Amino acid sequence: MKYLDEFQNPELARRLLDDIRATVTRPWALMEVCGGQTHTIIRHGIDQLLPEEIELIHGPGCPVCVTPLAVIDKALEIAARPDVIFCSFGDMLRVPGTDRDLFRVRSEGGDVRVVYSPLDALKIAQQNPEREVVFFGIGFETTAPPNAMTVYQARKLGIRNFSMLVSHVRVPPAIEAIMTSPSCRVQAFLAAGHVCSVMGMDEYPELADRFRVPIVVTGFEPLDILEGIRRTVRQLERGEHTVDNAYPRAVRADGNPAARAMLADVFEVTDRSWRGIGTIPASGWRLSERYRDYDAEHRFSVEGIATREPAACRSGEVLQGLIKPHECEAFGTTCTPRNPLGATMVSSEGACAAYFLYRRLGSTPTPLEATPVV
Amino acid sequence: MCLAVPGKVMEIEERDGTRMATVDFGGVVKEVCLEYVPDLAVGEYAIVHVGFALQRLDEESARRTLALFEELGLLQEEFGDPWEAAAGQDGPQAQEARQ
Repeated sequence: MKYLDEFQNPELARRLLDDIRATVTRPWALMEVCGGQTHTIIRHGIDQLLPEEIELIHGPGCPVCVTPLAVIDKALEIAARPDVIFCSFGDMLRVPGTDRDLFRVRSEGGDVRVVYSPLDALKIAQQNPEREVVFFGIGFETTAPPNAMTVYQARKLGIRNFSMLVSHVRVPPAIEAIMTSPSCRVQAFLAAGHVCSVMGMDEYPELADRFRVPIVVTGFEPLDILEGIRRTVRQLERGEHTVDNAYPRAVRADGNPAARAMLADVFEVTDRSWRGIGTIPASGWRLSERYRDYDAEHRFSVEGIATREPAACRSGEVLQGLIKPHECEAFGTTCTPRNPLGATMVSSEGACAAYFLYRRLGSTPTPLEATPVV
Repeated sequence: MCLAVPGKVMEIEERDGTRMATVDFGGVVKEVCLEYVPDLAVGEYAIVHVGFALQRLDEESARRTLALFEELGLLQEEFGDPWEAAAGQDGPQAQEARQ
């Protein structure tokens, strides 16, 4: 496919790798923020092609993985109501709640539907005026504008039987949380390209400066990842720490101003709990006061659910880059994509799922036709 | 869930006051909302995520990036960078890595 294939060219990959090899002189630890990038790295074995001085630490940028258990449990409770049609992206079906998942709710009679776009959920609401239609609005800054537009449209068109269970998260506060953690080893970041397609780059210079880390906006194809690493290593070797854009074909300095304006109207910044990590101040969005009528948490009474994580799951440590997936005792034994203990084993953007798919089985990888987000 | 892929705009129309397009992703065709990139024209490429165009894909920039990669090895061979060559010479690990 055009503008994907060209960025997978093995000969150009070799040139980028040669350049990285010629530049690196000592060990560096880089974090790729986005789960989509983790997937590309593991799928193509990029971490194994790099000089041994360069370690890639997988970041928390998998929206499915970090959606807090309390929100998953709320989703499950709402989805089980007989008056509700619950719409979600497909990745959420197998994410374990305290005692079940959306897949189970559906098999027990819940009307759970997978949609490609949040606008599809709005259409379902228009077609089923006697039912309550709830969309599960999760994701990073990339997914927030489509969800914001959908709520905006619902209000504009007066579609009263539509609401959204919102659990959006933002990258910059997560970078701050990682850098201020006492166990932090990260010396540079590959920032998430599509987040920056929306938000631009102006949130990052302050972080690069304060923590003295290079932040390189990076795309999702193999050559994009290698170019992000190449530019990062160059900065590290020179002792620099600036914000650089290695994905200019999709990222402008000011991002997408129309999308940013919509985000500012529909959402407001809030503290957010990240599954396996904990609460990060100002790291999320919720619907703003003006759109509160469309907030599923407001519409349905779903408070006071007791949540419980499986004790064996170490996905929190994986998400913080403290361990690699295969260092967890449950990995590939009691925890597999079919029977996941944690969300990192569910999503194609989860580090555990990527390791399981491309390392452990050793068979033909599942083809991935597209580049995930954040 | 979260896929953002480049697609080519084939047709544009207003529907219920919303700017929508038919977008081709290498043979798979989807309806895409253009409200966030309203000046996209037929024939242009966009980065599309969950049914929304989020950014125009700058074809000129894509070409420049690929051209830069093409030149990488050549420039290295032609001119090299003395500073980097010197920096690359210290440390046995770095030398091993180059071999």
